[in-house]
Amino acid sequence: MLNRYPLWKNLAILFVVLFGALYALANIYGEDYAVQISATRSGEVTLDTLQQVEQTLQREGIEPIGVVFENGQILVRLSTDDDQLAARELLVSELGINYVVALNLAPATPAWLAAIGGEPLKLGLDLRGGVHFLMEVDMDEALLKINEQMVTGVRDRLRDERIRYRRVEQSGNNVVIELRNAEDYQSAQRSLRNQYQGYELRTDSSNNALTLVMTDQFLQETRANAIDQNITILRNRVDELGVAEPVIQRQGQDRIVVELPGIQDTARAKEILGATATLEFRFQDTENDLQDAIAGRVPFGSRLYNVRSGGQVLLQNRIILTGDHIVDASVGYDESSRPQVNISLDSAGGRLMTQATRGNVGEPMATVFIEFIATGETTDEGRIAFERVEEVVSVATIQAVLGSNFRITGVGGVQEAQNLALLLRAGALIAPIQIVEERTVGPSLGAENVKAGLTAIVAGFVLVLLFMGIYYRAFGMVANLALLTNLVMIIGIMSLVPGATLTMPGMAGIVLTVGMAVDANVIIFERIREELLDGRSPQQAIARGYENAFSTIADANITTLITALILFAVGTGSIKGFAVTLAIGIVTSMFTAIAGTRAVINLIWGRQKRLTKLSI
Amino acid sequence: MFQITKVDENNPVNFMSINKWTTALSVILIVFSLSTLVVKGLNWGLDFTGGTLVEVGFEQPANLSELRTVLEANEFGDAVVQNYGTQRDVLVRIPPRDGAASDTIGNDLLRVLQTNIDGNIDVRRVEFVGPQVGEELAEAGGLAMIVALICILVYVSFRFEWRLALSAVAGLGQDVVIILGLFSLLQMQVDLTILAALLAVIGYSLNDSIVVADRIRENFRKLRKNTPVEVINISLSQTMSRTLVTSLTTLMVLLVLMFFGGQMIFGFSVALAMGVVVGTYSSVFTRSTLVLAMGISREDLMPPEVEKEGEDQENYL
Repeated sequence: MLNRYPLWKNLAILFVVLFGALYALANIYGEDYAVQISATRSGEVTLDTLQQVEQTLQREGIEPIGVVFENGQILVRLSTDDDQLAARELLVSELGINYVVALNLAPATPAWLAAIGGEPLKLGLDLRGGVHFLMEVDMDEALLKINEQMVTGVRDRLRDERIRYRRVEQSGNNVVIELRNAEDYQSAQRSLRNQYQGYELRTDSSNNALTLVMTDQFLQETRANAIDQNITILRNRVDELGVAEPVIQRQGQDRIVVELPGIQDTARAKEILGATATLEFRFQDTENDLQDAIAGRVPFGSRLYNVRSGGQVLLQNRIILTGDHIVDASVGYDESSRPQVNISLDSAGGRLMTQATRGNVGEPMATVFIEFIATGETTDEGRIAFERVEEVVSVATIQAVLGSNFRITGVGGVQEAQNLALLLRAGALIAPIQIVEERTVGPSLGAENVKAGLTAIVAGFVLVLLFMGIYYRAFGMVANLALLTNLVMIIGIMSLVPGATLTMPGMAGIVLTVGMAVDANVIIFERIREELLDGRSPQQAIARGYENAFSTIADANITTLITALILFAVGTGSIKGFAVTLAIGIVTSMFTAIAGTRAVINLIWGRQKRLTKLSI
Repeated sequence: MFQITKVDENNPVNFMSINKWTTALSVILIVFSLSTLVVKGLNWGLDFTGGTLVEVGFEQPANLSELRTVLEANEFGDAVVQNYGTQRDVLVRIPPRDGAASDTIGNDLLRVLQTNIDGNIDVRRVEFVGPQVGEELAEAGGLAMIVALICILVYVSFRFEWRLALSAVAGLGQDVVIILGLFSLLQMQVDLTILAALLAVIGYSLNDSIVVADRIRENFRKLRKNTPVEVINISLSQTMSRTLVTSLTTLMVLLVLMFFGGQMIFGFSVALAMGVVVGTYSSVFTRSTLVLAMGISREDLMPPEVEKEGEDQENYL
């Protein structure tokens, strides 16, 4: 018998290997020093910005390798790190606070490779250095505020309608109402039914008691809102830090992960991330002329404000209400299904709003968003100096006397309404956050880790190659070829899979895979040796060796794959990295060790009719 | 041709002849491991206890006692200071503290070091884990172990026979207990990477036992005249070369990792290397002994009979 693979099988194997090699190729081009320019929420990167950047660099004699405008960002590639630092200084002062100028390393992947999605491996924070924060949103605080407001809201309502109650109290996330008699119980039921969004009214006539039960859906929404609000705030803050590729995402029910590659000064990062935003409602000054004020004649008792969407507006100094009275802000739709923003205030806020709007129906009211932005300087105590930046995010006409619940209409499209609601919630700071985990890796340690990992991979690899070559001779060399291919494929697939990052344990995973990947070949080769000892011909021994070994190898690898998947599911950060490399390594090693070696062995020995001896 | 053991099925190595001794050894090792776990406990790392850890590099070899004095004078009396890897690298650990500002401890500590010791210290690593997170990580880790063992038990019973599956998982339990016992004895720190290593050991050790179990099953079906003990001896002999070669290559790379991989994954490589040794031992001796003790026989491993239509009729042609 002869051992031959059909042509299609050989081609398929070749194709898969080349595919892996192609994407692994992206890792050999290295990286360019780069400066990345993106806009903060009030700026926009345009072709003009691009021109400005190019001219600025040219004026100062910095010659970039390339300047590209892509995805609303400008990437300037530079040849040295000195140029990079100089370019950043220059562009920061030139472009001002509306732009984020971050240092970055841009992969120097050739255009043709980048076009098919080829890019180098993403390194985890433990290899490139940076900060990882896990922040927890204080949901209790958020719910506390809502619950308090509900209780006072219900009390006020009952009092207004002259319904006498024995007690109105909070119980968990519910409000328990006990009435004095059956008559009050009936009228309270009528009064409270369908009044509160997100609550269900439960009745208990035997005790004359009512319970407003918070629905799960409302609870979920509240949680989601609190997280979204904080993510928005964190995004804005991270922009100020000038980080090239930040990660800000939700994790689990009430946590947010923030990863800032390349940031070393965690004290500064924390202060900036923790800075608060607030909100104020003010009346517009309609008695004085805006143009006069812009010309410098600002009337007494009023101030000029910038409007986020452009232009300026004159507002009275008197504050109607501050953001801490806001309990919730969400997007809704009016009768003609135009988007609007629904706002609920706590009871104190509701009273203030009623008082202020009573005599001012028809007057415009403005919402001012206030943020504290780091100036980049430090105060005398060594703390970071913050600058108060105030912006008007909405001006709306008061249609009626407002209470605890009111709405802002005419806000534009759905997107604008959502943005406004988000800003209102952000200014309200419904749920504060707290850092519950921090992991910072300095640049020197990161670089050392990379070096140590590479050394281990290379040394482990060489040892295994030598051993296999000596122990299994020619067949061992085939296994070595498979091992090499396996390594290339792991790197190729890791580069291709989005979200797969190489971490220190991941590098250990590669080393481990190198050691374990030969297992499949060892099983096969030992089996071939047995078949030879049993007196089978070399060709038969090869065929039977592969056949008999297959199910063993598959079973053994599937169980390892199970553990890798479990590791991935429960692990965090760098452990996930280990699980990913392990899983990818298992799959690729099965492919190269079984199909790959068989193809090569078939090509070398499979066609020889008079094969009497195998070099194994 | 290099060969470690003979694969002559007529003259196998009689592994099971020493199974009284290996059983005794296993029992001793497990009892010892469990008692050190009870008495000394594990040296839980930051990931599980919560707290703050700061690793700094100095330009000269660090004076640890001076560091301790400075820290004590600055309200860091609870700090544990030790060298990490080299004389110049220092690791400072602070147990979890109550209070809102616990996340700034690392920064405060660095400021103290920078002002009192040396302005040019290289901040290599700062880690802070809140007590809540630590608890969750420990919980998730324990859960991962249990889920992994159950999944494997299910898969192996589905693919093999329950006695083989149970003995495979029991062997895994032994591996984990002995490794943890060693970590407890040496008081090496157990952090998340150790957990990953333990799961990888489970994968590796299982790999080994499946190769053996596969061969046991095959031989029970093939060698109809031999006793179960003989079948197991033959299977172990036949797979011995593979067991040793794979353990050897894996150990080689793990030793490389231990010596070149850096401090951060030293514990990880130690746990794995121990796992390879213990795993190899348990897949050769512990599991086979258990399988025999549970009374495995040929009938248990025969493929299910498939009745073919017309099989009982005589062949007329």
